[in-house]
Amino acid sequence: MAKRILILIGTKKGLFVAEGDENRKTWRLRGPYCNTWPIHHAILDPATGAIHAAGGNEWFGPAVWTSPDLGAAWTHSSEGLAYAEGEEPVSAVWSLSPGHDGTLYAGVQPAGLFRSADGGKTWSHVNGLRDHPSRPHWNPGGAGLILHSLVPHPQDRDRLWVGISSAGVFGTDDGGKTWEPRNRGTRADYFPEDQRYPELGQCVHCMVLAPGTDQLLYQQNHCGMYRSDDGGRSWTSMENGLPSSFGFPAAVHPRDPRTVYLIPLNGDSAGRFMPDAQTAVWRTRDGGDSWQAMRAGLPQENAYFGVLRQAMAVDRMEPAGVYFGTGSGEVYASADEGDSWTQIAAHLPTISSVETHVLDA
Amino acid sequence: MARHDDLSGAAGHAAAVRAALPVTVKLSPVLCDLFPGSRREVAMVAATVADMIDELDRLWPGMGDRIRDSRPAIRKHMNVFVDGSRASLKTPLAPGDEVYVLTAISGG
Repeated sequence: MAKRILILIGTKKGLFVAEGDENRKTWRLRGPYCNTWPIHHAILDPATGAIHAAGGNEWFGPAVWTSPDLGAAWTHSSEGLAYAEGEEPVSAVWSLSPGHDGTLYAGVQPAGLFRSADGGKTWSHVNGLRDHPSRPHWNPGGAGLILHSLVPHPQDRDRLWVGISSAGVFGTDDGGKTWEPRNRGTRADYFPEDQRYPELGQCVHCMVLAPGTDQLLYQQNHCGMYRSDDGGRSWTSMENGLPSSFGFPAAVHPRDPRTVYLIPLNGDSAGRFMPDAQTAVWRTRDGGDSWQAMRAGLPQENAYFGVLRQAMAVDRMEPAGVYFGTGSGEVYASADEGDSWTQIAAHLPTISSVETHVLDA
Repeated sequence: MARHDDLSGAAGHAAAVRAALPVTVKLSPVLCDLFPGSRREVAMVAATVADMIDELDRLWPGMGDRIRDSRPAIRKHMNVFVDGSRASLKTPLAPGDEVYVLTAISGG
């Protein structure tokens, strides 16, 4: 059956959707949706077909927007997206993920985890994470104290990993009741020299699970790129061969768990844009042992933009597509696993997130 | 029990209704855009700004969260004015008061 591909593009001023056929050569852009609220992340829940968009508005606070019909109609809710009276209120929703049996997870700012059992209409706080004794020591990263990476285990509903900037990675094996830090082997260059491998406090930027596996994780950190073969209990650096140790997004091939995509930037204090102002997506085919720069079709001069933590994704087509959105509002797409690229949208607001979904045409 | 009515009718009728109902609440159009079917102006009985927000939330579920955070407090970038003065949740309302719920200067 013919396919069509949706790219959900969260921006500082609303959600946009680019829609293309299975050739992935021509795209139609629609939006902005969600009343031009800042949308930090959007997903299409395969269980329901609904689009959910995570937002936070300076005036009106946090909400998850939901469209049951691919963007024609929208509702929004923040019912239950709240901490106890007296605590710093939730200001924005930063990430979403489908869980098991119709569950939705939401990561918020200030960092915490919420769960919905009714498709985003109401939410309940997963208390265990913020009850962790380390919470008084969680410090905000540059974008605030946010829970951005949400990685449910593919089979076990009780297992889940989260990434918090800049508290680090945490994992639960009991459905969220208890959590443990999973940061062994990741660096914190901003601590004194003898304290650079702490139990927690690392600035994880993005963490993803390799599809088809149950504990092979990859992580782009503020201080390096890492692989974990044991569900985050230990991490190994894979930054050799990359132009810097700094970047935001990470994505894994939909069928090959050792093919990973990263977009290193020129460093945290050098502008945070493309190294030498030349755009490249870096690809490994061997789980991070070696890297190749993918540049064909990408701007090779004056590329003074960055790519944010949730702004790169793959599709599940054959060959796999790869997509990323820039801080300057362009979307680039590759229909050949990163070998070549075309610009498919431009002049959008700052892009926060890119996700894809393949539908029957 | 809170009461409310649509004041968008004929001017004479609206004036009569206003005289009979204690508080008139005027809502920001940006806020109303989030709640299809909501009205820019509504009359109700409410003893405080917090009561007024509760009633708005009863009329249009979810509107309370857009105005008031979980502290609880009026959101940082929202303003509620009662008879021209900036109010808090505890500000008392009296019959005849005119309340504006407005978005503050914000954004970029």
